[in-house]
Amino acid sequence: MAQRIFLRRAALGLLAALPALPALADPQTLVLASHHFTPDHIEVPAGQRFKLLVTSHDDTPDEFESPDLRVEKIVMPGQTISVMAGPLSPGTYKFYDDYHPETANGLVEAK
Amino acid sequence: MLASFIIVFREVLEAGLIVGIVLAATAEIPRRAPYLWGGVLAGLAGAGLVAAGLGALSTAFAGNGQDVFNAAILSFAVVMLGWHSAWMARHGREMAAQMRDMGAEVVAGERTMLAMAVVIAIAILREGSEVALFLYGIATAARLGAAALIGGGALGVAAGGAVSWTLYRGLLAIPVKRLFGVTSALIALLAAGMAGQAAALLANDDYIPALGYQLWNTSWLLSTGSIAGKAAEALLGYSDRPMGVQLLAWAVTLATLLALSHRASRPRRVS
Repeated sequence: MAQRIFLRRAALGLLAALPALPALADPQTLVLASHHFTPDHIEVPAGQRFKLLVTSHDDTPDEFESPDLRVEKIVMPGQTISVMAGPLSPGTYKFYDDYHPETANGLVEAK
Repeated sequence: MLASFIIVFREVLEAGLIVGIVLAATAEIPRRAPYLWGGVLAGLAGAGLVAAGLGALSTAFAGNGQDVFNAAILSFAVVMLGWHSAWMARHGREMAAQMRDMGAEVVAGERTMLAMAVVIAIAILREGSEVALFLYGIATAARLGAAALIGGGALGVAAGGAVSWTLYRGLLAIPVKRLFGVTSALIALLAAGMAGQAAALLANDDYIPALGYQLWNTSWLLSTGSIAGKAAEALLGYSDRPMGVQLLAWAVTLATLLALSHRASRPRRVS
């Protein structure tokens, strides 16, 4: 019983923490080619959800990954995936292709 | 070579930690070997199938196919782990003592082994499909040094397997009386982590409310980008930036499975 009351309180606390969702900005597109990202530096508004589209022109699979953005998604050759992330505090956040991290990497800057 | 070693090691470790715990949790169940091997083989075959069909999977569910699929198989694994806990709640105490000779109990044991085989298969399928696509990329690119990369991958499989085996053997070193309690808690944490990950995947694609996108940030302490962070994520459901709904799913699953195994460890009243 005590456990149930605790859980209910925790749930109410979490609901109170729910932020108001502002309208989503237009998605930005990243292109992977020759295991490089173009662009490799993008800006997003801080404190808002945002959407990225990642298109692969590579001829082998890539994996768009970022622990900072909480994303891990495979991109097959020729495909475009969509990625939702944020809201981010102001700062820079790394992303990379986990299969080719030395060449394919970049930064999201939240302002 | 080092890069491919790290990628493959990380994926094998994530799956291997789960398999190691399942192995320890089923140590007392007789005739388990065919189920364990069946789970491994089904997982490897499933990994190949998912890798081959990933292009189609990605475009399903309005581009959220990968997330929905992962959330679905994680939820299925949670149910299987819950089933195991419920079964152990009824049979756990007797098992170490006298179950080996009882035919009916063996049949029941085989049923929970089927559930655990599914958990093994799902763990291997998830990480294995990523490894398969990575190795496929190396093989088709046919770049110079592909042999070194494949060698790194093979070493990664061996090292990840060795760590998992060590976990399994280490757990077996726990006295039988306490092993049940320890593995029950580990299974509960495993299931809680999977439920939390599934909830976070669905919330990130707006299928369910996130209840807060980031409750806190402990990436300065332990980042889920590091190998230790990945291991904590696989074993405990650790997240450096948990969503509200992720924490809720984690807590509810953990409480449910712990309640089940607590019921099991309480002495039975003789009526």
